[in-house]
Amino acid sequence: MTLSISLSVNGESLSVPLEDPRTTLLDLLREHIGLTGTKKGCDRGQCGACTVLLDGKRINACLTLAASVDGTDVTTIEGLATGDTLHPVQAAFIEHDGFQCGYCTPGQIMSAVGLLSEGDAGADPERIREGMSGNICRCAAYPGITAAVLDAQRRQSENEGTSA
Amino acid sequence: MPDTLQTPAGHVRLGSNSGQPMTRRDGVAKVTGAATYAADNRPDGLAHAVFASAGIARGRVVSLNVEAAKSHPGVIEVITPDNRPALHLDPDGKSHPFSWRIEALQDKTVRYAGQPIALVVAETLEAATEGARLLAPEYETEPARIGFENGEAYDPPAVGIGGNPSFSKGNFDAGFSGSEHRIDASVDTPAQYHNAMEPHAIVAEWSGDHLVIDTPNQAIQMARGAFAGYFGIPPENVTLRSPFLGGGFGSKAIIVGPQILAILAARMLGRPVKLVLRRDQMFGPVQHRGATSQKLRIGTDGNGLIKALEHEATAATSSFDDFIEGAGNASLNMYASPAIITRHSAVRVDTGTPGPMRAPGEASGSAALEIAMDKAAEAVGMDPLEFRLRNYAETDPASGKSFSAKSLRECYELAAQKFGWSDRPLAPGEMRDENGMLVGWGMGSALFPAPMFAAQARATLRRDGTALVETSGADMGQGAWTALAQIAADGVGLPVDRIEFLSGTSDQPDGGIAGGSGHTASAGGALFEAGSNAVQKLADLATADPDSPLFGAGNTGVEAREGRLFRADDESRSESYADILERAGLETVDAMGSGGRDPANAEARAMFSHGAVFAEVKIDPDLFQIRVSRLIGAFAAGRIINPHLAKSQLTGGMIWGIGFALHEEGIHDLRSGRPLNADLAGYHVPVSADAPHVEALLVDEDDPYVNALGIKGVGEIGITGSVGAIANAVWHATGKRISSYPIHIDALLS
Repeated sequence: MTLSISLSVNGESLSVPLEDPRTTLLDLLREHIGLTGTKKGCDRGQCGACTVLLDGKRINACLTLAASVDGTDVTTIEGLATGDTLHPVQAAFIEHDGFQCGYCTPGQIMSAVGLLSEGDAGADPERIREGMSGNICRCAAYPGITAAVLDAQRRQSENEGTSA
Repeated sequence: MPDTLQTPAGHVRLGSNSGQPMTRRDGVAKVTGAATYAADNRPDGLAHAVFASAGIARGRVVSLNVEAAKSHPGVIEVITPDNRPALHLDPDGKSHPFSWRIEALQDKTVRYAGQPIALVVAETLEAATEGARLLAPEYETEPARIGFENGEAYDPPAVGIGGNPSFSKGNFDAGFSGSEHRIDASVDTPAQYHNAMEPHAIVAEWSGDHLVIDTPNQAIQMARGAFAGYFGIPPENVTLRSPFLGGGFGSKAIIVGPQILAILAARMLGRPVKLVLRRDQMFGPVQHRGATSQKLRIGTDGNGLIKALEHEATAATSSFDDFIEGAGNASLNMYASPAIITRHSAVRVDTGTPGPMRAPGEASGSAALEIAMDKAAEAVGMDPLEFRLRNYAETDPASGKSFSAKSLRECYELAAQKFGWSDRPLAPGEMRDENGMLVGWGMGSALFPAPMFAAQARATLRRDGTALVETSGADMGQGAWTALAQIAADGVGLPVDRIEFLSGTSDQPDGGIAGGSGHTASAGGALFEAGSNAVQKLADLATADPDSPLFGAGNTGVEAREGRLFRADDESRSESYADILERAGLETVDAMGSGGRDPANAEARAMFSHGAVFAEVKIDPDLFQIRVSRLIGAFAAGRIINPHLAKSQLTGGMIWGIGFALHEEGIHDLRSGRPLNADLAGYHVPVSADAPHVEALLVDEDDPYVNALGIKGVGEIGITGSVGAIANAVWHATGKRISSYPIHIDALLS
């Protein structure tokens, strides 16, 4: 029997047939929905390349069964920019060269967005590095990644300052 | 599938053309998820393939439960040595120096754990995965040979790819025995696995005898020819697309068995097939850095001048192919010595075949050499930097040739000053930080050759004031999409945003190999020359045309910039490319270029990039947990095309140095031969928290000999000085000399 699940992906409500209960959220996004921006690096929650936001929290999509995300709200790298306007974290990653090959980058960026909304790291580079250490970058673009997250954090807190 | 790089509006540009720190042209694509890697392709009718991996390291597969796999819902086909169609070339053959013996189900022999022993193709990835599990192989097992003491030793005819296995100059024995200070050092390095974040992947689709493959590759035209060879079709029947590699580090230059299996399956089934390696499958069939065991001896006189240097290395390779880490050769070109000996031996073990991994030879060799140098400085009682300066090689120690350019002294000075090296106490164990951590400072010298590969490019100037430039370059993160476009823009005399750059597929002229830190020089040189040749054709048109303001200027009297040709002696006389083409009645003018190196310079000069790396470590005095708190390097590598990206390459390499020194270690079980840590939780690579302060400084260097553009490479050198610098800092903090990498806590406890 084919089940189907309903979820919101990047603000769009979808009903997706789930032909196989073994399908992970990562494979659902990549192979069934066609959103290939989210990457598979290890398929076992060790590298962070598949990081997406599930109801606003960063998770490893490879460790999440698709069947368990019925009724949730998923944000992937494809849903971060507003039209041609990049999310501040995306823009900061370009400006600070927070990537090289780009493969881990969607996961790094989603993780950074999640980290900033958690609000625990603040402007402390050491806590940012700790909070981003679930995302491996084999090119080791870490200096740029830390600088980018710090910069995005600063811009975000400035915006919050002006809107308050 | 974009065959060309679409650069959406909005990328940040800090400048233009060579030397400018512009951000990546592919930046927007990479931060929005739009950059398409091989596994992102989903052609209609796609089937998924998963290979079953050998669970033993040596022996023979005696049974596979093909029936169980085939009866699993969704499984389409199971390919084993019993039904695998023939290949045109023997996978155990070696047709040229860049071909490895590969595992493509040619027989039932198992040569290492993780070897593909069957391929399951199914409608879904889940079904293929389960099908592969259901094969439940049974084996005739022979004892695994793992480790230097258990393998079969032999004398390798070559190291690396065609490198000399031994070298000797001067009289080592006399020099060493006559030395006032004599030290020896033994340093082992383990197997290391590239582990690019993008696992090896391929999507293969046949149309008659034409093959289209999406697969990441560092040497597109070479791979195209190799794939064509295995399938008995002309290279032009193969379209290979590799616009973005999710990291390569050497592991994606040479084609591997799983790629062949996916192409075979696609042909058998008459539909496109995707095969993506699981992370654990990255620890077998796709190469690794072979383990080494190295011994060095250095003798110096009372003033700290080296009189004799010996570097011996034993390297592990597989039972069926030869790739020997040329670790000993790291001692050939760095320090002056009247007597130098290097020697290599090899041991065959039951693992996959090693291959080039970021700074092959140099990384492992310098990791040992720099420890030996530090010990020698200690024996003399000299500051490690002063000792290296005392033995500065003014000419290449191995060949005696002049260097094309060498700015290592400037690197030492700049990095030492930035680091604060002059405050370093000579003796170890003298420094503590405010938290009571043991603090140590160490240094190492960095060096990497500056090779060039054959490459071609085409440049087409268009009447609308833009240019099309083409070469089959490979961007694995080093920034080819950006740096090569910058060079091409200078070649055609246009701002970089008026360049359309086609790259990353086999449709373009051969861009050579993205390896050996030689891609920017090779493909960039070809692009520049193609552009210059196209501009020359324009100049010929204009200077011969009485209606042109440039008439009579002569070919050499014209300069190109911003899409115009100017008389060299009269700035007021100029004409746009568009006007020249229009009057000539031409839409475009195009030319090829090949770059390359002046053979006379190649013969006369030794060509290397150089650098110096300084490390600070902090070590818990009770637990001996080690942190690299600062790593500062300065590098001289000829003309830097894009300092923004070059620094990223260098810091990336330096952080690989942290991984080499402290983390990375492929462990094979001595009994079963299976890898014990074939995942990213067990095989440790650096993460953000491991690299709190890593900084690369660039030293200006004008190299008039290395090639027309003065370009060397920066992709690999960063790792070379860093490993030893960290080990030496650990000694300076603790007084303990380590004898193997990675540096374990227990080495400091003992």
